[in-house]
Amino acid sequence: MKANAVNLTEKEYLLQGNRTCPGCALSLAYRHILKALEGQVIVTVPPSCLTVLHGMYPITSVTVPCVNTPFASAAASATGLLAGLKALGREGLTVVAVAGDGGTHDIGLQALSAAAERQTDFLYICYDNEGYMNTGNQRSGSTPLGAISGTTPILGKQQIPKDIAAIMEAHGIPYVATANASYPLDLYEKVKKAGAIRGTRFIHVFSPCPPGWSFPFNNTIIIGKLAVETGWVILYEVEDGVFRLTSASESIAKKGDLKPLREYLVEQGRFKSITEQQIEALQRWVNARWKRCLDRADKSPHSVH
Amino acid sequence: MGTRDCRHICGESSPAIGEAGKTGEWRESFPVIDLKKCVVAKQNKPACFLCWLYCPDAVITKTIPIQIDMEYCKGCGICAQICPAHAITMVHEQGLCLDDMD
Ligand SMILES: Cc1ncc(C[n+]2csc(CCOP(=O)(O)OP(=O)(O)O)c2C)c(N)n1
Ligand code: SF4
Ligand SMILES: [Mg+2]
Repeated sequence: MKANAVNLTEKEYLLQGNRTCPGCALSLAYRHILKALEGQVIVTVPPSCLTVLHGMYPITSVTVPCVNTPFASAAASATGLLAGLKALGREGLTVVAVAGDGGTHDIGLQALSAAAERQTDFLYICYDNEGYMNTGNQRSGSTPLGAISGTTPILGKQQIPKDIAAIMEAHGIPYVATANASYPLDLYEKVKKAGAIRGTRFIHVFSPCPPGWSFPFNNTIIIGKLAVETGWVILYEVEDGVFRLTSASESIAKKGDLKPLREYLVEQGRFKSITEQQIEALQRWVNARWKRCLDRADKSPHSVH
Repeated sequence: MGTRDCRHICGESSPAIGEAGKTGEWRESFPVIDLKKCVVAKQNKPACFLCWLYCPDAVITKTIPIQIDMEYCKGCGICAQICPAHAITMVHEQGLCLDDMD
């Protein structure tokens, strides 16, 4: 049965009164990630807004066991947790590393790449708020070209972000997907599917951040949807090498065109000093990736053509 | 907290609601539901529940009618944005209006 708002479980693993900002997409995404895994998990989390969400000793706002691990080591600690579970003969638990973009694209990449190469049996979820938000919005390898951040305060970042899902796919792992907190049911389905697969699984979750990106916190869902409608985010999954567009990206591919990227950019204060040239460069980047995805979707066995 | 069965001393937290305190106190505005418009209340059966689905803080119940836990609702206003029936409006917290403050 496909998940919808009416049949989705009422059970919550994320408790009320946690420390995330109002309108935080990470909080929304994490709520549904834990629902999809039915709480049968051990989570490992490097320093990030998710550590803040988990709470300050001796209280936590999450009802599943969680290890706080140093910044570079989410995937390494997952490997250790798996070894521990094996030694104890414990079965039926999924080890899940959940890290931010700083902890994934940048500082945790070596450990993640190594764990994937070892075919470690775990699920890695990167929630991407496109910056080091917990420490005050420094730029990361995922911050977009032209975005103002704590470390690119005047001109904005001068480089395009790296495509982490493509990097992880190049490891030949059994499951890679992109998701977005504004499409919680698509996220739920992907996490549920990934939970049942063995081997290294990777999900990249787009996670709008109201204070970091400078937009009103009631706009979180709208910003996330605009990201998909303009092609900034493409929702897809790659299961055993087979590519498939999902959810809104699948519908856009079938019946329409992407909106101009500008419509997404103008809604956010972080792009207030972006230049026309940078907008054009970003639009070209979006168009090229969208074309690659359309070509792959056409060649895929799921294709309707 | 304390020593576990394994006898290693480790910092272990216990889950509780309100880890960050009463987060309802953060609110600048609060959601008001018009049950005459809400699809769940009108149909008097499980339906829609989009506000429940999209609430980042899990403060909306999946009940008939829906209820919002004002002790912990941070007032983000996502529910008001997402409601297809426009049944939720955000109202400024009294005493917190910027106009009132000066
Ligand atoms: C080795 C090390 N360097 C720096 C820090 C400080 N630090 C803690 S969280 C953080 C930012 C994390 O960014 P990201 O992974 O994107 O998560 P977010 O806060 O954005 O959710 C930094 C730099 C640290 N804890 N350890
Ligand atoms: S800084 Fe951004 S990602 Fe971090 S808790 Fe606040 S809204 Fe969420
Ligand atoms: Mg981040």
